[in-house]
Amino acid sequence: MVQAGRRLLPLVVVLAVPFLSQGSSTKSQTLVDAGLVGLAVVAGAAEWLVTRWRIEAGVLRIDTGLLRRRTTKLPLSRVQSIDLVRPGTARVLGLAEVRVRSGGSREGDVRLAYLAAERAEHLRDGLLDLVRGSHPASARAESLLARASTPRLLASTPLRAAILWPILGAVALLVWGRHLSLGGGGVALATVILLAVGTGAARILSSQYGFEVARTQDGLLIRGGAVGTFTETLALHRIQALRVVEPLLWRPFGWAKLVADVAGGQHRRDEDRAASGRIRTLVPVAPRAEVLRVAESLVGPAAREGGTAPPARARLKAPISYPLLRAGLRDGYAVSVVGRVRRLTTIIPLAKVQSVRWVQGPVQRRLDLATVHLDAAGSHTTGAALRDRSAEEARELLQRLPGLCATARRATPSGPAPVP
Amino acid sequence: MEILAPGEPADSWRRPDPRLLTLRRGEVVAGGVALLLIGAGLSFTDLALGVALAVAAPLVAGLGLGYVGRRFRSWGYRERSEDLLVRRGVMFERLSVVPYGRMQTVEVTAGPLERSLGLATVQLHTASAATDARIPGLDRSTAADLRDRLVGRGEATAEGL
Repeated sequence: MVQAGRRLLPLVVVLAVPFLSQGSSTKSQTLVDAGLVGLAVVAGAAEWLVTRWRIEAGVLRIDTGLLRRRTTKLPLSRVQSIDLVRPGTARVLGLAEVRVRSGGSREGDVRLAYLAAERAEHLRDGLLDLVRGSHPASARAESLLARASTPRLLASTPLRAAILWPILGAVALLVWGRHLSLGGGGVALATVILLAVGTGAARILSSQYGFEVARTQDGLLIRGGAVGTFTETLALHRIQALRVVEPLLWRPFGWAKLVADVAGGQHRRDEDRAASGRIRTLVPVAPRAEVLRVAESLVGPAAREGGTAPPARARLKAPISYPLLRAGLRDGYAVSVVGRVRRLTTIIPLAKVQSVRWVQGPVQRRLDLATVHLDAAGSHTTGAALRDRSAEEARELLQRLPGLCATARRATPSGPAPVP
Repeated sequence: MEILAPGEPADSWRRPDPRLLTLRRGEVVAGGVALLLIGAGLSFTDLALGVALAVAAPLVAGLGLGYVGRRFRSWGYRERSEDLLVRRGVMFERLSVVPYGRMQTVEVTAGPLERSLGLATVQLHTASAATDARIPGLDRSTAADLRDRLVGRGEATAEGL
């Protein structure tokens, strides 16, 4: 019913606008409106009523659809993660949604919405046990890796580039706007900008409030949310790369963010952004030392690898980013640091590297430099770039890396095969 | 770019079929001729512009021929025991190493012009969108053989994500 309610809300808003502005509407209009609302309620209720799920012989099976019946069968061996999502409305009603994700497309996902919260948790645990195939009792143990501090969260949000620059722009518009002969337009524009930024900041805060990441037998358990809450599991083998992000304005405070690039599943249309996407936040904001400690618990000493700077002549090719550029190899991981104003440290397991690329541009050739890219599964932005190394070192890397990657792959068991 | 020099014979790179160069040269010449014709047409209305275009056309075509020649010579691929190497690029020299175990699909395509010369392009895809392993201008039977070999090797060493 919550699902229906959620769909209903925008509809009610849309209908309420002309209703309020007209003051009085014709009788037939009101009837049509009521009919639409009723239809949405009935459709939502019907969808909920006709959905059935069960587990038989290691396969999760869901039947749904009123007119066009659809059966989804998801072998538990293919399950990538099982998440518990509770939007605000669902929390008020004591309900929760269990989301089962498999690799591959969105169609491979299963959403069981909505169950009583307790039952949903029970089901989640049961499914996890089945997926893992282990004894349930041992699974509950979890060790907390990091918990977001609310004051720091509040302090760091306005310092994000995406929040700060629009605010400064809006303020500038308010202060100097009247000299630009914009009339009332400047104030209106500034208001719109501030509203949009406020919404963005509120969304970031509400999804990262109470953020916790813990290590369990299944990998990582990520929890958080102010209004709507979510609990996700992230199997370690799904992590393609770890990134430590240090925005310019966080660096004076020594704050950093830890995110993981995650393979498979494009969930662009999900309602809750925090639980979607290829990038999972592991630590929203924390002192760099704490971020490194969490990273270390996941990848070992490679998290502490500082890497080496490129040769000094690289300063001519990359004058701005040169002071930040670093690259290094350690214990089956490659570490690269890039960035002009924002420092981005990428730690990529060699076992996850899909291909290795050497690129040498005209300026690099003149300076006898080259860049070695390590491509990870996913879009163009995943993976790591060992930038502007000396050509000799790059050559050596290109000769060594394929072998090192192959060794790392054999040493690391790969996860469940993605759904074809 | 002999970046794999030690212990590797320099001629071990396999190259696209020379017909690819013919095709690329043909494209450049066609472009030059088109420019010339436009110049001739314009000379009726604007003599100076027309003459300028007519003079520019052979120069542009000449530069283009030089460029496609270098570009053609830059292409190369090599099948090693565990991975495929593909190199290309004149301004930006690129070399990709794709382990057979990481291949997800091998694609053979042939556009109308390529087809008329009996050529095809082989492209390898991995789970990463950044992987850049395309070999154009292979003889069609060479392309089919390469595809089959790659698929066979991929199956033998297939690995997950």
